[in-house]
Amino acid sequence: MNVELVVDGETFEIDVEPRHTLADVLREQCGRTGTHVGCEHGVCGACTVLVDDEPVRSCLMFAVQASGCAVRTVEGLEAEDGTLHPLQQAFVDRHGLQCGFCTPGMLMTALHLLDTHEQPDRETIREEMSGNICRCTGYAGIVDAIEDAARSR
Amino acid sequence: MKCAPFEYVRPSSVDDVLAALAEADGEGKILAGGQSLVPVMALRMARPAVLVDVNRVEGLSALDSDGDTVHVGALVRHQALAAQTLHPLLAEAARHIGHTAIRTRGTAGGSIAHADPAAELPVVAVATGATVTVAGANGDRWVAAEDLFAGPLMTTLDPDEMVTGVDFPLPTRWGFAEFARRHGDFALVTVVVAEVGGELRMAVGGVGPVPLRTHATSAEALGDEIDPTGDLHGTADFRRGVAVEMARRALASAGIRRAA
Repeated sequence: MNVELVVDGETFEIDVEPRHTLADVLREQCGRTGTHVGCEHGVCGACTVLVDDEPVRSCLMFAVQASGCAVRTVEGLEAEDGTLHPLQQAFVDRHGLQCGFCTPGMLMTALHLLDTHEQPDRETIREEMSGNICRCTGYAGIVDAIEDAARSR
Repeated sequence: MKCAPFEYVRPSSVDDVLAALAEADGEGKILAGGQSLVPVMALRMARPAVLVDVNRVEGLSALDSDGDTVHVGALVRHQALAAQTLHPLLAEAARHIGHTAIRTRGTAGGSIAHADPAAELPVVAVATGATVTVAGANGDRWVAAEDLFAGPLMTTLDPDEMVTGVDFPLPTRWGFAEFARRHGDFALVTVVVAEVGGELRMAVGGVGPVPLRTHATSAEALGDEIDPTGDLHGTADFRRGVAVEMARRALASAGIRRAA
């Protein structure tokens, strides 16, 4: 089936099988390998992207369902000159990542959190990030990073 | 894993959904939020031949109140349910469903039709005495929530029928308590109490194949009434103990320490 996706501002008109998830199509047909596929059944949160500004597990959405939608991935975060997004920089500064596998999903979930909460407290951050699993950091660095990013904007 | 191949259709009206389901002849499945269906497809526990995507069907996203009952369209997302103020019990229940990225997609109609005995909305539906609107080839029919759930992940819906909305009576007092191993997980036990039309009603999820409307309206009597089975998440006695405690908490938060 033909679908039209706008990914990080770039328009793709591609042919997909209905069973192809948005995650797989982003990675294999849109060159967005920054979006990671972890569990493939909606548990780990690594594949989280924004679809029309809402966080979505891209392994639980078929690409055909996103036809006509605007998708934001981790690769759309940095500025054109390569400067990291303040949220990315905060993750670097506060040890919000180690191996980095969960980070794309963490960043996109956190981006939505910052978009929807003016000054989130730590409890809110923990609640909003609870659907994303990290096996390295113990989460404290991630919460620190998001708190920093919220305060310094 | 990846899902097995399927045919995908995306109707824009309820009539076209019903026609697609009829044509699929029992091999079709409605795709709403996909937060329960897609995982079981990815694990190849389900292999529907036809997926009927209802996400772009018009007129299924209504959320309104007539003062006594709140109508929730089948496509209302959990996130919208959590944010609304018309039905505070529904909002509280929706906040317990999964995580943000689940609630942005998961739908009220999907949760009811999926009939997971551990899910939140079916318990609220049974506790409040909700009415489910079911569209079929012969028009709409209205099913009491208690009569909809037939077993774990099973309903009395025909394969070519569709849930289009749920009417939840607005309780005058209510309490909601659930116990889950981890935040956002499916509940081990959920207890909902709701006072509707002057009658105190209690329903419990996670202690049987369907959400159970209990005769009991006190925590102690609930413990005597239910007959949970043990599984890898806990023994029968553990579940019973948790149910009694959740009932106590639900009743306390409703301001009802002991039922009359």
